[in-house]
Amino acid sequence: MHPEKQTHAFEPKIIAFVCTWCTYAGADLAGTSRMQYPSNVRVLKFPCTGRIDPVFILKAFQQGADGVLVSGCHPGDCHYIAGNFHARRRFAVFRKLLEFIGVDLNRLQFSWVSAAEGGKWVEVVTDLTERVRAMGPMTEFKELAMEEQWSGAINTPELQEAYNSI
Amino acid sequence: MSRIGVFICHCGENISRTVDVERVALEVGKLPGVSFSTDYKYMCSDPGQNLLKKAIQDQKLTHVVVAACSPRMHEVTFRKATEAAGLNPFLCEMANIREHCSWVHENREEATIKAIDIVGMMVERVKKNRVLPTITVPVTKRSLVIGGGIAGIQAALDIADCGHEVILVEREPSLGGHMAQLSETFPTLDCSQCIMTPKMVDVANHPKIKLYTYSEIELVEGYIGNFQVTIKKRARSVDEDKCTGCGVCMTKCPQKKIPNKFDQNIGMRTAIYVPFPQAVPNTPVIDRENCTWYKTGKCGVCQKVCGPGAVDFEQEDQLIVEAVGAIVVATGFDLYTIDEKPKGSPIKGYGEFGHGKIPDVIDGMTFERLASASGPTGGKILRPSDGKEPKQIVFIQCIGSRAREKGISYCSKVCCMYTAKHTMLYHHKVHDGQAYVFFMDARTPGKSYDEFWRRSIEEEEAVYIRGMVSRLYQKGDKIVVMGSDIAVGVQVEIEADMVVLATAIQPQKGADALAQKLGISYDKYNFYSEAHAKLRPVECATAGIYLAGACQGPKDIPETVSQASAAAAKVMTLFSKDKLEREPIVARVKESACVGCFACKKVCAYGAVEVKEIRDRQGNLIKTVAYVNPGVCSGCGTCQATCPSKCVELDGYTDEQIVAMIEAL
Ligand SMILES: Cc1cc2nc3c(=O)[nH]c(=O)nc-3n(C[C@H](O)[C@H](O)[C@H](O)COP(=O)(O)OP(=O)(O)OC[C@H]3O[C@@H](n4cnc5c(N)ncnc54)[C@H](O)[C@@H]3O)c2cc1C
Ligand code: SF4
Ligand code: SF4
Repeated sequence: MHPEKQTHAFEPKIIAFVCTWCTYAGADLAGTSRMQYPSNVRVLKFPCTGRIDPVFILKAFQQGADGVLVSGCHPGDCHYIAGNFHARRRFAVFRKLLEFIGVDLNRLQFSWVSAAEGGKWVEVVTDLTERVRAMGPMTEFKELAMEEQWSGAINTPELQEAYNSI
Repeated sequence: MSRIGVFICHCGENISRTVDVERVALEVGKLPGVSFSTDYKYMCSDPGQNLLKKAIQDQKLTHVVVAACSPRMHEVTFRKATEAAGLNPFLCEMANIREHCSWVHENREEATIKAIDIVGMMVERVKKNRVLPTITVPVTKRSLVIGGGIAGIQAALDIADCGHEVILVEREPSLGGHMAQLSETFPTLDCSQCIMTPKMVDVANHPKIKLYTYSEIELVEGYIGNFQVTIKKRARSVDEDKCTGCGVCMTKCPQKKIPNKFDQNIGMRTAIYVPFPQAVPNTPVIDRENCTWYKTGKCGVCQKVCGPGAVDFEQEDQLIVEAVGAIVVATGFDLYTIDEKPKGSPIKGYGEFGHGKIPDVIDGMTFERLASASGPTGGKILRPSDGKEPKQIVFIQCIGSRAREKGISYCSKVCCMYTAKHTMLYHHKVHDGQAYVFFMDARTPGKSYDEFWRRSIEEEEAVYIRGMVSRLYQKGDKIVVMGSDIAVGVQVEIEADMVVLATAIQPQKGADALAQKLGISYDKYNFYSEAHAKLRPVECATAGIYLAGACQGPKDIPETVSQASAAAAKVMTLFSKDKLEREPIVARVKESACVGCFACKKVCAYGAVEVKEIRDRQGNLIKTVAYVNPGVCSGCGTCQATCPSKCVELDGYTDEQIVAMIEAL
């Protein structure tokens, strides 16, 4: 796959939370197979999707991510028996919450990519990157942060640290 | 203040072709906390590793980041090198700039920026890494084997022959399982008893094997290397130490007409009995449901005739606790019984075949007992209804198996072969008889298997009809079998004297209950699940528990024995060390913050979370908190993401470490 060499006005920041056993290995396979995909994604490795706390997703958006990907083993293939089921349940609720606070759910993608699915990893990452690129930067959280800053509430390092750790 | 060393690998040209490694080293070198940053052609080579070790010592590094290939490739290599240089190995992290960067992006500028990001992220992470001690757990070098069929026997003998004690628990009064019931065995037609009974005797005589028959597993606690197992030894009503196995009691017992399960209920036994003459141990059991003494308080003949005075009507069930380090599960199979609803199926079984209603429609195991020289007919093929020799016999394969609509979609694997065997045994014993077989496919992979199957047609004159039977019914003393021959496309009707059904192999009844006690997983049919279908076929996902035989899926004897020996080898691997070492990626609970909701306990698939009581000096209970047993925890971290009060932490993947990475971006 050779993406068109073109410059875009906006390069989205994509953060991917993946499990070691399936998706991380799938992304490795994409590498060993020399597949090509947009370079916007930054991968964070977890033992299992079960370890992924929804707070991390919020944190990622807060840090300026324009899109977030969460990916693990297919249902039934979890290396830890059932971690991905717990994750699925947790994120089903979390999505509702995000929607409620006004985050466009198109910025958040959940997927299953196995260790054998290098091609699927490329597809998922490419799709999300292009979708988010078309949506433009994620501003909601940044605006919120600015507002709070402007109100003068966060003006000491202690407060800043407390804010960061929300 | 941390002194982090960063090492950027060129991987020959694999990385440096697209990533400007020197620029990465330069940029990363500016990050706070980084005191050394360099690039090198091959970090994993000996000189590369030496560079790393030397820098750790010369530069007094506190943390290390190696930016190279995937950690799945070389994390172990670099952690070992780090350890060799005197740092805790878990203070070393890898940044993947090959598989996740140089190999998947062509634009040098983009790839370089991404590489800087990736390395920067790992620098922030490694700052929060803590020294983690390697976890060691002691290993009790005794093992438990559950099930005394050929699988359990083989595993027990292999382990005991290596000098380690084995506790073998069998639910029935004797060892042997299904193989003891068989007449002759494919593909060689050797007599099952002849090859089986010596092994049973070996078990009984082995100084390292402790045998509990007529016993069941009550409770399993603990974890790999350290299990505590409670065994319920059911009351036999006969003192095993006193009984000499003379068998006088059985000749005098007035209850003589009790169907013997071992003979598929076509043979009879007494109330005090051994299931078959070669039983091991040959100490009888009193079946209390059918014994006159237990029913009416009178009789007691066996007690009167027993020379050594072994009969003990007062004997009670006993609970015995054994400590073991490993468990082999070898609980075998059961046969699909007709007219019972299979699990998950709304449809009743195969009522159309009249099994249980027409006496001369029997299953394959019953045929084995008829053909067995030590069986109820002395090896003569006689039909149960009137004892006549059947001259026309019909075998029907795939009863229950491969029938998705009936709830079993798998193939039972052994039926094609044993049906071929049955046609041969039949032809050997009834020379003027004719055998017909209805089959869907003949599945005979295996050494000498296809040759064996062909022999049944070519030499033993069995007539194979490809197609299924739609209905059968009794007509006078005949059974009319109606089916189709799909190869020729005609309807077939056979007036048979006897019909033999190759019923599906299913897991033991109660297999799920045992799995829950053991904490192992099972599939939708209740067959036990291996940790990996290809690469870990004898281990359970639960550490320290192994599988052997048909409890994992339908198997013939050669396969069962191979798997049993493999399971024994796995146990021996575990026992080869005094202590188990494992990666310290385990969860820990901050007890001060834990509110004792045990949300973590509910999500842990390994049962690693225990309840711990916190008491004051007077011994008053202050609160109960969660405790993660490091021997059991597999390090998935599901508990941590679940904990509402954020007080479980997975070492190596703490919130601090992850948030540091996110913030670096
Ligand atoms: C009709 C028929 C004919 C066959 N003919 C052949 C042949 O010719 N050649 C061949 O290679 N294979 C043949 N097989 C297959 C063969 O029987 C199996 O491969 C073999 O018996 C599997 O051994 P196992 O030890 O796994 O299971 P089993 O023989 O079922 O033994 C399991 C044992 O575990 C015990 N147990 C179960 N649950 C518990 C519990 N909870 N606690 C304690 N103990 C428990 C049982 O009582 C039993 O003793 C045939 C099968 C059938 C049905
Ligand atoms: S979830 Fe947290 S608070 Fe609840 S029991 Fe587990 S460790 Fe304790
Ligand atoms: S990390 Fe996983 S295995 Fe360990 S205690 Fe938590 S849930 Fe159980």
